[in-house]
Amino acid sequence: MSTAGVSGPRRSKLGWNLLGLLVFVTAGFPVYWMLNTAFKPAKDAIDPDPSLLPTGVTLSNFSRALDIADFWGSVGRSLIVSLAVVVIGIVVGMLAALAISRFAFRGRKVVIVGILAVQMVPLVAMIIPVFLLLNDLGQYDRLTGLILTYLTFILPFTVWTLRGFIVNIPRELEEAAMVDGCSRTTAFLRVVFPLLAPGMVATSVYGFIQAWNEYLYALMLMSQQNQTATVWLGNFTTKHGTEYAPMMAGSTMMAVPIVVLFLLVQRKMAAGLTAGAVKG
Amino acid sequence: MSAADTTTPIKVPPPRQAPPPTVPESPRRKRTSGGAAVPWALLAPCLLILALVLGYPLGRLVTLSFQEFGQSQLWGFKPAESVGFDNFAEVLGDGEFWAVVVRTVVFAAACVIFTMVIGMLIALLLQRVSGWVKTLINIALVASWGMPIIVATTVFKWLFDSDYGIFNALLSKLPGVDMIGHNWFASGPEGLAVITLLVVWGAVPFVVITLSAGLTQVPKELEEAARLDGAGAWGVFRYVTLPILKPIIVMLTTLSVIWDMGVFPQVFVMRGGHPEAEFQLLTTYSYNKAFVVNDYAQGSAIALLTVVLLLGVIGVYMRQMLKIGEVE
Repeated sequence: MSTAGVSGPRRSKLGWNLLGLLVFVTAGFPVYWMLNTAFKPAKDAIDPDPSLLPTGVTLSNFSRALDIADFWGSVGRSLIVSLAVVVIGIVVGMLAALAISRFAFRGRKVVIVGILAVQMVPLVAMIIPVFLLLNDLGQYDRLTGLILTYLTFILPFTVWTLRGFIVNIPRELEEAAMVDGCSRTTAFLRVVFPLLAPGMVATSVYGFIQAWNEYLYALMLMSQQNQTATVWLGNFTTKHGTEYAPMMAGSTMMAVPIVVLFLLVQRKMAAGLTAGAVKG
Repeated sequence: MSAADTTTPIKVPPPRQAPPPTVPESPRRKRTSGGAAVPWALLAPCLLILALVLGYPLGRLVTLSFQEFGQSQLWGFKPAESVGFDNFAEVLGDGEFWAVVVRTVVFAAACVIFTMVIGMLIALLLQRVSGWVKTLINIALVASWGMPIIVATTVFKWLFDSDYGIFNALLSKLPGVDMIGHNWFASGPEGLAVITLLVVWGAVPFVVITLSAGLTQVPKELEEAARLDGAGAWGVFRYVTLPILKPIIVMLTTLSVIWDMGVFPQVFVMRGGHPEAEFQLLTTYSYNKAFVVNDYAQGSAIALLTVVLLLGVIGVYMRQMLKIGEVE
């Protein structure tokens, strides 16, 4: 860059940076305001002229939130459901992903198209028949029923994502191992599996987040006593109004672990999603 | 990769190809042709589960929408009887249904357009700001992306609260504006505008991050060449960047349409579980018919019509995905 041109680009960079800061403030504000309200003394939260900056830190909203309904029970149920779904999803999905990415067989394309297509059916459209199905199976208001229904979206997602990770592992590596005397299974366990592990972790975490965040099925298929964490958040609004500050404390408790998990895998997932897109 | 991912080994390889596989075709063929049973065995558990939790309900959705199915059928007092196209006739003949369709399409279109345009602008902006600003924006984006929808909805409900919401308080700071006490959810269009904002806020990060990844792959030489040929910033974007990003944009747009047509919890939670008539979208309308009016058959018919409405968009998305799948 020539010295004469420095002031021009630098000034325009300043403009872009200011615009960037505006984007940062706007995009980040809802999260900031959630945290701000959560740590605010409850009386400051219902100030008609709220202060934008923190007015003092208190944990009372959190203890109030923990008292509402059955917080730990609902978190426990969400954990059980999400973990079970992820484990089943990964095991079953792994086998299926291997089949469609490492074998050539008649009907393979149909399976791929099918797995891609079922992910596009809106969950809401399925709620009526799923409700009737669980009703018939005696699984209404049971965690097993919820686990089963969550597989409707976790399983196709897992198969598709794992497939993406598998096709990126060169087949030659497996073949070399097999030339060296490994069986197909050992070649997979010793060569492919270690390379696939990070992808599997990312897929599991992402699947966990999806299951944890699910709301509609949890609301419809579980009764009040068996509610999961997302539904629990609705308990702050009663006939007498909404307790906003404790509700923001509850939101914070729900959001922070998930956002942290998300942060860990987001890069890998986004890369997997777009890897082939531009080449196409 | 392509050899690994195509069905037929005889297929002519695409011109841009990795070096030919070191192992000749024949052993691979021997291995795979012998065991058509192996892949199907690997697929079996997955297909079985999907048949039970997805296939059966989908089938039931179709049969339900041709039956009479209400409270008494649910409890088994009466058998479900086929009524042919009665449910569809009733739904399609109802003026309210069409109002809901129009509202849903306008709402989804607004969400998609705002998401894509804002996403593109932020992605382009990210290329022009300093490193530290970029990091800040990325942190904010990932935080809003990772927020569970229910939490985000709850937070927005608080931001737009009529008495103590910060949004009204900030608006009222403007000279001559007094918005304290203004209820954003008193009217459908205003309330849905707030919900649009919520949806867009949650959807933009994915678009920005995907487009940013795409932008890094736009060759600098092409932009340079266009600039030398006299193209302005808009010209470079229109004739160089946009065509290269087209596959990503098509994918993101179709995905957004599918997601935004399926918006449910945002409306449901914002309206405290009972969306008013002015807030009904196809999803909540179907839910309402089934679980509030207890007409499961009509609810199913509406859900089925929604899926049919989406089929075209899903088709475009699938074509794009498969095209990408083949070059992988």
